[in-house]
Amino acid sequence: MSRALMPLANGAAARLEEVPVWPVRLFRDRVLEAAFEGARLVALLPLAQPRGSGRELLAVLAQDHRGTLLLGAGDLEGASAYPAFTPEWPQAQAFERDLWESRGLLPEGHPWLKPLRFPRLPDGQTIPASYPYFAMEGAELHEVAVGPVHAGIIEPGHFRFQCHGEKVFHLEIQLGFQHRGWRGLMAGAPPARRAVLAESLAGDTAVGHAVAWAMIEEALGAILVPPRSQALRAVALELERLANHTGDLGALAGDVGFLPSASYLGGLRGDCLNLTQRLCGSRMGRGLVVPGGVRFDAPAALAEEVAGSLSRTWRSIEEAAGLLFDASPVQERFQGTGAVGREVAEALGLVGVAGRASGCDRDARRDHPAGFYRFAQIPPQTLASGDVYARAVVRFLEMRQSFEFLEGHLRALPQGAVGVPAKKARSGHVAAALVEGWRGEIAHVAVTGASGEMASYEAVDPSFHNWMGLAMALRDQAISDFPLCNKSFNLSYAGHDQ
Amino acid sequence: MNPVVPRLLAPISALVLAPLLLGLIGRVKAMMGARRGAPLLQPYRDLARLLGKGEVLSTTATLLFRLAPVAVLASTAAALFLLPAGPLPPVLSFPGDLLLLAYLLALGRFGTLAAAMDTGSAFEGMGASREAAFSALSEPALFLALGGLAWARHDLSLGGLLGGGSTAGLARQAPALGLFTAALFLLLLAENSRIPVDDPATHLELTMIHEVMVLDHSGPTFAAILYGASLKLWIFASLLVSVWIPAGLPAWASAGLYAAGMALVAVSVGLVESLTARLKLAKVPRFLALAGVLAGLGCLVLFAGGRP
Repeated sequence: MSRALMPLANGAAARLEEVPVWPVRLFRDRVLEAAFEGARLVALLPLAQPRGSGRELLAVLAQDHRGTLLLGAGDLEGASAYPAFTPEWPQAQAFERDLWESRGLLPEGHPWLKPLRFPRLPDGQTIPASYPYFAMEGAELHEVAVGPVHAGIIEPGHFRFQCHGEKVFHLEIQLGFQHRGWRGLMAGAPPARRAVLAESLAGDTAVGHAVAWAMIEEALGAILVPPRSQALRAVALELERLANHTGDLGALAGDVGFLPSASYLGGLRGDCLNLTQRLCGSRMGRGLVVPGGVRFDAPAALAEEVAGSLSRTWRSIEEAAGLLFDASPVQERFQGTGAVGREVAEALGLVGVAGRASGCDRDARRDHPAGFYRFAQIPPQTLASGDVYARAVVRFLEMRQSFEFLEGHLRALPQGAVGVPAKKARSGHVAAALVEGWRGEIAHVAVTGASGEMASYEAVDPSFHNWMGLAMALRDQAISDFPLCNKSFNLSYAGHDQ
Repeated sequence: MNPVVPRLLAPISALVLAPLLLGLIGRVKAMMGARRGAPLLQPYRDLARLLGKGEVLSTTATLLFRLAPVAVLASTAAALFLLPAGPLPPVLSFPGDLLLLAYLLALGRFGTLAAAMDTGSAFEGMGASREAAFSALSEPALFLALGGLAWARHDLSLGGLLGGGSTAGLARQAPALGLFTAALFLLLLAENSRIPVDDPATHLELTMIHEVMVLDHSGPTFAAILYGASLKLWIFASLLVSVWIPAGLPAWASAGLYAAGMALVAVSVGLVESLTARLKLAKVPRFLALAGVLAGLGCLVLFAGGRP
């Protein structure tokens, strides 16, 4: 019995036997020890084909300062319950609710055990009739319920505010309306279909999830991807980041009624998407990434053309975003609104823009570099205030970095092939991949069975970590600031609901 | 010709032209945002479309909910009869009619508030509470501005206090009148749910003030509310403009000045909306207090200058 969790590099695979297994209580201690040393929870899933006496729980942690993932398994020894991580480790809350809801494992002592995505409770009662909403009582309090049908064309989610006048005491976010049974589809799908599924987990992060999925397939098939295709993947990832951040800044401007930036940035997002279209024929970057490389090469003339258009687009973006950051009424609205402190952000394990805006210095591109990011470093941008302003500024700084990255590398892509043939996955392996999507850390974990089939496939969208951050951001805020806070996180409903 | 008929031209022109102000604001915003935008006459088309629609009623709504839009429209339209328009004196005028104007507008607001509470919706109750709180702050500012004007012009009727200034008098009292006008412009923005107080274009129900109260209205009664809102905007714009039209001009000049002034107000509102962001809801009372302070300062200026 090994003493420590097993390290695994990002985008690597290991034989399942090598993953240490402990009785579940010991496993819990090991994981919490790593957590107290700063490791974050990346994935928590039951193994489909356990090796021991009963069901097994696999935990994947990220140790950012060492740039490694940590794996370990807990043997439930025939039981279907285990002592929950959440009381000591709040960032596990959604993972454990998922285990309880869809895997029938009871995390004992979980303080917030509610359905995560399903329309019924495990005992068969339906939602919302018997959903255990958090409620406050008092003559002067009131409850405001918003959604799942919203006034704008956005995804469905239900928000409940416990208010005293304009002040929010508590916001409860109930999701699951976009649940499509993605995990089941993915495990049973042939490889070609998996590409489509990965790209549609969260439609605005098609490239991010596709790259993570391709890394898994490549790790399991033990193939090396040529540098040129890795560079093109990074180009697509940074274009996706640039487009979405641009759109987000425009949406933030629209929410505070600042029209100049709202109209221009909305249009400029489209210009960025069009550049992705020039590279692969799809504005959202669908169909670009395949296991072994990318499907479309960018010849020098095309890369030059895209780089040229990008420079022009960037000048307009800088100007329109400059208007936003120079306007004092906008600053007044952004600053101090929806602040999430560093401690809360660390406890909840916030990732991506939301995490960095609260001072969590983490970015998978630097901490767990894979693919082209091993050669081209992009240092994370962090702010300390954790408010809407910080989330807007972090976005803008990252847009500039993405532009500089693209500007530098589009004209100097590595030579060579853009792909190698994919290979069949090795049997009995576990692989994990982290990709810094535009919203934050995307994690995919796969385990193969005896004949190399996908025994389980787990994808964690950054939204899965961050929704609770939005709930915390609303504490003691004005209810009228909710749309602005929500927009500043801009989380994915589909990515969470799967 | 019956002397009443040309006098009726003032309210009639307001009834016909009021939605045009909204169209003009929309055009300015579209141009500033480099968008094609809706045509100038879009507000009329919206009203026509709504009039042709059916109505959906909440199950909790009572007769009050259906009567309120009528009350809003009727009280706002009645207020038009108290206002001068360029060369045209008001149809009705008596000393102290400025109180009637203020409370006709308040009656319209009461109708909207009552209807909003009647739906039993959490959003609309929230909007009603915001509207009630903010109007309690804007009313003193309105009285201070109108009262100051009455003091400057030695006249307690709207016809006199708005349209009575000679060219020399306007020049002499320009500082005080400017302050009253500024106060009235801020009140115009606040009372007509414009940026920076409210955003008439938002779809975010949690942030709205006025729009959220009328979410449940639909079809013809919603048309009545929208039309009433455009009349209210006309009333406030008319207050601003009339102050600056000197008495004794030829009718065409006076009418031209009035029309140009109304267009200028609409363009200014459009520019404000294009160049600034919304305030935090908690800061709106300060904005309204600013209107009160400006009006009070105008009174001080009058006082310090030795009331003419």
